Amino acid sequence: MSKYVSSSRLERILKAGHLGVTSECGPPRGSDAEEVTKKGLLIKDYVDAVNVTDNQTAMTRMSSLAACIHLKLLGIEPVLQMVTRDRNRVALQSDILGAASFDISNMLCLSGDHQSFGDCARGQNVHDLDSMQLVQTVRHMRDEGKFLGGDDIKRPPKIFVGAAANPFADPFEIRIPRLAKKIACGAEFIQTQCIYNIDKFKEWMRRASDRGLTEKVFIMAGMTPMKSVGMAKYMKNKVPGMDVPDEIIQRLAGVEKKHQAQEGIQICVEHIQELKEVPGIAGFHIMAIEWEEKVPEIVEKSGLYPRPDM
Amino acid sequence: MIIASKKPIEEIIQEITPYSRILILGCNECVTVCEAGGKKEVEVLASALRIFCLSQGIEKTIGEHTLERQCDHEYLEEIRNMVDDYDAIVSLACGVGVQFAAEKYLTMPLLPGVNTVCLGANEDRGLWTERCQACGSCVLARTGGICPVSRCAKRVLNGPCGGSTNGKCEISKDTDCAWQLIIDRLKALDKMDDYEAVAPVKDWSKDRAGGPRTVTREDVKI
Repeated sequence: MSKYVSSSRLERILKAGHLGVTSECGPPRGSDAEEVTKKGLLIKDYVDAVNVTDNQTAMTRMSSLAACIHLKLLGIEPVLQMVTRDRNRVALQSDILGAASFDISNMLCLSGDHQSFGDCARGQNVHDLDSMQLVQTVRHMRDEGKFLGGDDIKRPPKIFVGAAANPFADPFEIRIPRLAKKIACGAEFIQTQCIYNIDKFKEWMRRASDRGLTEKVFIMAGMTPMKSVGMAKYMKNKVPGMDVPDEIIQRLAGVEKKHQAQEGIQICVEHIQELKEVPGIAGFHIMAIEWEEKVPEIVEKSGLYPRPDM
Repeated sequence: MIIASKKPIEEIIQEITPYSRILILGCNECVTVCEAGGKKEVEVLASALRIFCLSQGIEKTIGEHTLERQCDHEYLEEIRNMVDDYDAIVSLACGVGVQFAAEKYLTMPLLPGVNTVCLGANEDRGLWTERCQACGSCVLARTGGICPVSRCAKRVLNGPCGGSTNGKCEISKDTDCAWQLIIDRLKALDKMDDYEAVAPVKDWSKDRAGGPRTVTREDVKI
């Protein structure tokens, strides 16, 4: 029997002990596939897989599954992000099969931002499942070859299953039990929320390691370069669950406005280099929001290029 | 109890426009306690409508009556001899009462005078908060007695989600994070291990998803 659960390159790279690198691509608010493929091609050779967000911040966009297929057709490995906000278990299972029919082999299970943040604030949300129950669902479909209803699946999906973790959200003391719970549900890799508070993140990693969780799951540290001091302040004050230390804001404020973006990238590179040494870190998830052209530079400067050929 | 809030009077005025003889029908149960549809509110609404009609030179008869309960055959029978005097009833009961009255008086238009909001508690003077969504299979034993179905904006059963900040929900700083409350209570109970028990995929067939629900008790049937 193969030691792999899927045909995912990300899975092979992580299991071989290499530091994995993923990035992300937000589908457009329209039907032009070129917007997806352009972003994908920019980062293609610098990452192992590309996450495709699912109506992020609850704004209606091209479907994650469709955008994943566009990337797949270009030879780029997608990570299908799925939120439980918009679809019930019938639709989720159906989309999982649709993804598997294109041999999309990575999935990230999320609950999703509340719809009140998006363009359909007066809409209904679904949340038939929560993110952990979605993880259980994919694992059930893959490992048991069965639908939630109990019937057999012809050609079950072969999908490497991921979940998100926010090491900084409240309450802090349940962050590790929560990670343990996601692993118990069947998560095989974890992509974290953007990390700026390195000390607090290391503390979280230490606790995860003490509980043996880093042996059970591949933890990919989430990195987002700051474009400006304004962005840093916004992240600190307005984005739920985000921890931006004042020293980051001061460092960005300390350079001329036209150099702030470069300083943001420099901070990001330094953080990656520092975290590479942390036991239990399996890779990096670089979320350069609408700034995909900077991903190659970050990957190169961090010493993560070239990517292993697997 | 069932919590309701008053409908704007403009909406009620618009709804009663086609009718000239209107009965305002209150309910002495939940809507009385949450001050949306009891005897007092019937008087206030009736007076306001009369004043409006006078000021506009509209002739309407506005009657008032409050029942012990509108969701009960026995009490609804009380107005059987009265309804012929009216063209429409504005019911200040919850949606249950309005529907039950409509079912009983088949040819009488029944207009809701309140918006039925939730199953809630009176937390403070003038403050009612949702505590239950009547999902039909209670999980409170596993969640420290705090309901994630009704009190979490995403009704996550293994929470909290990543948006929980300083004990508040991502949708509003005025909304408690249900899972913060659950964790606080589990800590107080010294039952934090309960948190790590995975809540499996929920059976929503006991919820509205299973269609209109009924409760049958053979032992109390006559």
